[in-house]
Amino acid sequence: MKNQQADAVEMQSIYKYFDNFCALNAVNLKVRRGSIHALLGENGAGKTTLMNILYGLYRPDGGKILINGEPVEMKNPNVAIEHKIGMVHQHFKLVENFTVVQNIILGQEVVKAGCVLDLARARKQVMDLSKTYGLAVDPDAKIEDISVGMQQRVEILKALYRGVEILILDEPTAVLTPQEINELVNIMHNLTEDGKTIIIITHKLKEIKKSSEYCTIIRRGKYIDTVVVKSVSEQQLASMMVGREVSLVVAKAKADPGDIIFRIDNLTVEDNRKIERVKELSLYVKRGEIVGIAGIDGNGQKELVEAITCLTKVKAGKISINGAELQNTSPHYVVENGIATIHEDRQKRGLVLDFPVKYNLILENYNKPQFAGRSILKEPAIHQFAEDSIRRYDIRPEDCASEPARALSGGNQQKVIIARELSENPELLLAFQPTRGLDVGAIEFIHSALIKHRDSGHSILLISFELDEIMNVSDRICVLYDGRIVAEFLQGEVDENEIGLLMAGGERKNGI
Amino acid sequence: MGSKIAELLNKTATKIILAIVLGFMAGALALAVAGYDPGTSYSMMFTSIFSSPQNMIQVLILTMPNILTGLSVAFAFKTGLFNIGGEGQYIVGAIAAVMVGGVFNLPPVINVIVIMLAAFLAAGLYGALAGFLKAKFGIHEVITTIMLNWIALYLNNYLISLPGIGVKNTEYSFAIKQNAWTNVLNGWKTSPQGQAYLAAHPALSPILLGTDINYGIIIAIVVAVAVSFLLYRTTFGYQVRAVGLNKDAAEAAGIRVKKSIVMTMFIAGGLAGLAGALQMTGTLPHALVTLASQPGYGFNGITVALMANSSPIGCIFTALLLSALQFGGSTIQMNLGAPSEVVNIMIGVIVFFVAVASMFTMISERIKRRRVKIAD
Repeated sequence: MKNQQADAVEMQSIYKYFDNFCALNAVNLKVRRGSIHALLGENGAGKTTLMNILYGLYRPDGGKILINGEPVEMKNPNVAIEHKIGMVHQHFKLVENFTVVQNIILGQEVVKAGCVLDLARARKQVMDLSKTYGLAVDPDAKIEDISVGMQQRVEILKALYRGVEILILDEPTAVLTPQEINELVNIMHNLTEDGKTIIIITHKLKEIKKSSEYCTIIRRGKYIDTVVVKSVSEQQLASMMVGREVSLVVAKAKADPGDIIFRIDNLTVEDNRKIERVKELSLYVKRGEIVGIAGIDGNGQKELVEAITCLTKVKAGKISINGAELQNTSPHYVVENGIATIHEDRQKRGLVLDFPVKYNLILENYNKPQFAGRSILKEPAIHQFAEDSIRRYDIRPEDCASEPARALSGGNQQKVIIARELSENPELLLAFQPTRGLDVGAIEFIHSALIKHRDSGHSILLISFELDEIMNVSDRICVLYDGRIVAEFLQGEVDENEIGLLMAGGERKNGI
Repeated sequence: MGSKIAELLNKTATKIILAIVLGFMAGALALAVAGYDPGTSYSMMFTSIFSSPQNMIQVLILTMPNILTGLSVAFAFKTGLFNIGGEGQYIVGAIAAVMVGGVFNLPPVINVIVIMLAAFLAAGLYGALAGFLKAKFGIHEVITTIMLNWIALYLNNYLISLPGIGVKNTEYSFAIKQNAWTNVLNGWKTSPQGQAYLAAHPALSPILLGTDINYGIIIAIVVAVAVSFLLYRTTFGYQVRAVGLNKDAAEAAGIRVKKSIVMTMFIAGGLAGLAGALQMTGTLPHALVTLASQPGYGFNGITVALMANSSPIGCIFTALLLSALQFGGSTIQMNLGAPSEVVNIMIGVIVFFVAVASMFTMISERIKRRRVKIAD
């Protein structure tokens, strides 16, 4: 270890342009060796871009990078790897049908006799690493069979196996349960105790408070400040990130529920491997009410949503809205009956990424009379509608109507979906992970849109893995465990811990 | 200056033109390596086309089916399907055209419309069969359409072997009735007045009598415009493009994905079928011929669509280019002994560079970046 005093990473006045858009404008970052350094910013602020530059995936248009005090030209990721920098991406890059050990050693295989794979030795090396840092993994399980939390640990192990000293984690907690997040924080501390440096990209304030020593805030490509986390409050961090005062608590009036409009009776759904994922589940939603379904990922949420939207077949049971039975009909029929859906995976189910924003805004209504007459699209009306939606929902950039949806940031993509789904005033909005991967500003916006929809006399079924979101937004909370509703409360009746326990089912082993 | 170049490089048309230039350069290289002067060869290809009106018309006659099969492939591409079945659909269209046009005696103009509709319907259903197999059983359309090509070819040859259809001791079927031919001044040019007129005007006779000059290319251009309209201006086009770009999102939004796949293949098949029909009404012998191999227009269509980056209007121009190159290639072989395969090299290079058009975007980025650095 040469140059003991130098910062592990120093990025000076980094510029990056995409076309004429300035993604990074003279951004600085200094990361002390052996510290956990958070990089905070809204979606599209440039934090991932900055890290991609550090990892050699993008080339900067200006500025300097110093690693351990020495200037380095990050031409490509190989240079970064040479300098012992590792990155765990938000979307994992693992081979699904390889085992944990096979994934970890991929590209750096241990061989004996020149060419024979020595899996036993590799396995031992991996297990040693895993023990040293408390990264519990099942070395022989296939990636497709393990939880998301464990997949992430595999990614971290993969980096450690390559001997990294500086580890970049891109939105590491987006997909984790509360328990898994705590474990991750412990692991991060183990790593820094061993002298490793961690940069974590996030917009979750709680986790910054919990894990990091320093925090650099970026807003719209500009460097704002670097602070010592201990000395600032969550509220202050949020304001620096968004550039204005934001409320972290959702403001809403008490619900005034009417009649039951939507109900599910004894619903059973199998996944494509014929395993029952939803088991005789029953629930109802009243007019003017937000019902939240709390639960850990993988307890039947996906199948429940697909059953309601008729993207999958129902094995038994009934789903109805205003008396119309929906099960095993068609997605078209569900939409026609006044159910709008925000799908979990917005890029897969929600948007046609290569379509312009204006076309995405009419995906369900393109043949309604206001947008088409005699099978011919009314371009001016479509464009006008897009302009209105962009203004109403503050979709940025505001001249994006004819741009492909792909060009928007995640938060703005989500706003396009919300604008579309609420445009027909649906009786029931089915919102599945509506704020997944979004920043504080966008979350605030989306929550208030949900509440506004409720206040106009409509209903919402909110399914989320974020317990905070469920607790904050819902009027009534159902806890989903193993395909069943195991408990039901009104908002404020119980606290987070109690629901957390129910979500875990009591006897569920963590993370495995 | 740099910014203008960068902007220009980002336009699809510029990319395609650049790809064509690179194709010609690669062709020149190949000719030089083979020991022929590229300049002479290219000028011969060029002048041979423009040396006589007949030759220009030959190129246009060759262009017509290439436009339509190109549209067939491009339409399917836009909706996420790869239609390799142009050959078979062309043959089925030709069969339907000859069956209808050779049997029924309808008034002029109406007969051509009926023939085109029959061919579109027959070839469309033939294409839709592949679409149905994809939608219902998930069988990939590349596999089914290739197999359907051969079924169509042998169906054609079988029909000609039947006594009621094939003409005895020839390799032809019966022909389409003359009043349904789409040739220019059809009927008049073989009538006594026409023959007298043409004898008095010797400049016109090689064009009208020496070639199969016909209205097909005009119809093909109209169809290209119609396909463009269908894709970009109608709800149907919206629907199929949404399915092509993201099947999952389209499905979730309530678009009937399977129906859309079948309909897409119906239209793609129909377009290739029109090529077959217009070829039958427009060129000699106006009858089915026993085929030893695929006619080639279906595969030309793939090249046309790839060069045009699946733009329907673009297909008009790339079909013209392809046909001119194929025609010109045959003349250098005849006159210089230079290998006409050079044309295939050129076409291959063009398709390659259109496919990697994103490379030009990268160059454009780099120019811009350099400009930004200078500005700093």
